[in-house]
Amino acid sequence: MTDLNARPDGQGPTGQSITAEQRRAYWRANLSLLGKLLAIWFIVSFGFGILLEDWLNGFSLFGFKLGFWFAQQGSIYVFVALIFIYARRMRRLDRQFGVED
Amino acid sequence: MDAQLLTYTFVGLSFLLYIGIAVWSRVASTKEFYVAGGGVHPVVNGMATAADWMSAASFISMAGIIAFSGYDGSVYLMGWTGGYVLLALLLAPYLRKYGKFTVPEFIGDRYYSDAARFVAVLCLIFISFTYVAGQMRGVGIVFSRFLEVDIDLGVVIGMGIVFLYAVLGGMKGITYTQVAQYCVLIFAYTVPAIFISLLITGNPVPQLGLGATVADGSGLSVLEKLDSALVDLGFTAYTDGSKSVIDVFAITAALMVGTAGLPHVIVRFFTVPKASDARTSAGWALVFIALLYTTAPAVGAFARLNFIQEVNETPYAETPEWFKNWENLGLVAWRDKNGDGKVQYRPGPPFAGAPAFDDTARGENGERLLSNGTTDTGNEVYVDRDIMVLANPEIAQLPAWVIALVAAGGLAAALSTAAGLLLVISSAVSHDLLKKSFMPDISDRQELRAARIAAAIAILVAGYMGIHPPGFVAQVVAFAFGLAAASLFPAIMMGIFSKRMNKQGAMAGMLAGLVFTLVYIAWFKFVAPEDNVAANWLFGISPEGIGMVGMFINFGIAALVARFTAPPPESVQALVEDIRVPSGAAAASDH
Repeated sequence: MTDLNARPDGQGPTGQSITAEQRRAYWRANLSLLGKLLAIWFIVSFGFGILLEDWLNGFSLFGFKLGFWFAQQGSIYVFVALIFIYARRMRRLDRQFGVED
Repeated sequence: MDAQLLTYTFVGLSFLLYIGIAVWSRVASTKEFYVAGGGVHPVVNGMATAADWMSAASFISMAGIIAFSGYDGSVYLMGWTGGYVLLALLLAPYLRKYGKFTVPEFIGDRYYSDAARFVAVLCLIFISFTYVAGQMRGVGIVFSRFLEVDIDLGVVIGMGIVFLYAVLGGMKGITYTQVAQYCVLIFAYTVPAIFISLLITGNPVPQLGLGATVADGSGLSVLEKLDSALVDLGFTAYTDGSKSVIDVFAITAALMVGTAGLPHVIVRFFTVPKASDARTSAGWALVFIALLYTTAPAVGAFARLNFIQEVNETPYAETPEWFKNWENLGLVAWRDKNGDGKVQYRPGPPFAGAPAFDDTARGENGERLLSNGTTDTGNEVYVDRDIMVLANPEIAQLPAWVIALVAAGGLAAALSTAAGLLLVISSAVSHDLLKKSFMPDISDRQELRAARIAAAIAILVAGYMGIHPPGFVAQVVAFAFGLAAASLFPAIMMGIFSKRMNKQGAMAGMLAGLVFTLVYIAWFKFVAPEDNVAANWLFGISPEGIGMVGMFINFGIAALVARFTAPPPESVQALVEDIRVPSGAAAASDH
């Protein structure tokens, strides 16, 4: 990430006060975070829980076949974690750009 | 106290609580009625969202579906939770920043078109009524099974309760009753699950019990034991599915995207104070949902294992008490095909069609006789999968108060979802149709009165559909998710993520996705149900999963049409710029 702390002095946390350039940087940072988190979302559910289920069932975890565990338990835990990670990272990003609500 | 009296007491107390909240949370403005004033704490909203989302189907049916379909049941577990990731990352914070009252309102403003708003209202009403009919029916069924009240009377009582808090309190009343309903339903779901997990594995945490060793000295884990028991009887193993990979993929995707596009879920995020609160609130919603959704697969596996062990090859006279109780209610049936007096549980239908009891006489073992045509399978027993959750307390030999609790929990699940759906229907009518289209000059007070009248009418229609369920209710659940996935979700998402997306593109996309999905489902469900087999499906995708294809069609057509038509006006592009940044959104704006 580039110069994200460049929050000009005297400007309050309102959307109007940031430049078009900063807006684009903020949106790009958001999209890149979204992309990473959605990739994980896809891998644990569609990947581990469905496409690779058979193969992962060859491994075991706490008495579960691993693929089955991801399909009925693991993916749900990861989903919860993903949302909280997103909320936290975005709060930080909002602060860096001075666009908190 | 006997079970009946306890059930009346528990259900009565929970209803008193809901009515008390209704009276306390009367509202005086449309902003309170539509979005509870926009000041709901994110954790509180998360809890309300969880109750809003988890319906009679989640509470009563889901564990039973998983019990009898094993791995295939994963589509519901992943599909109905994964959608919250899409909601939190792609929709909720931006729609909250936009700060209006309804989903069609966003679509109408973003695509600067009354026609787009109208299409969104139609989708919303169709999706929501499909859904609410099932909830009202669920209320009637719980009443009839636990309180021995006529199903129709049960529906009427349910309508009365929802009427009180939805019409008086609008979103504010619904929010706080949903919080109470969540507490009732999650307690009612987890208490029996903990006891059953203890009974079968000795581990009090059902999520861990599912992987633990069965406490019978066999040294096998629950799933290993279940797999081998089922394979011995000729079933597929519990941890293997019978659906194709592509179909499981498509159904999961359609349910996820559909969940994120359901209007009654989206509007819950209009009630929190800020855009950043919408993100955390979605996280809390999923925490509260996951409590039930990670317990359900454990309940399902325990129930199936317990069923095999207690019932299979048991002489009818020695079957457990609950088996005969549910037989008396018509949800279990047994026909002694080989005349050995024992219950054989095998794959395949035990007899042709749903059980038709012949109550003029009992069989020689004391069982209810059936007049159904015969089948040539070795299976002798019919089980309605809904009994798995309802019978849990009896199976685990829990005290009567737990049974009473489950009845109150089932009612809470059905009522909370019904109320949320009725609210989005009424606000679509009073706000999007009346205020925004036909009678723009009405005052806030008049609009509030219109919203209340619309809510009352919606309740009457829903109640009518609960008493006279159209035969297709069970058939059209796939519609609700498929349509939300193929119409609303792509339109909202492109409205936020593509500045270039214009009216023509969005309209063409919504219509193409909608028509394709409708026609595909209608063809296989109503026109040619005999053709509804994998060999005839497009890419091997069943009607339940076709919403995924509808979604891709929507995105594709929209992008194509938008390329060749004029970009949206400056003001709309500025609106998109604005909702992408959280700052500047104070309270939900008045008009």
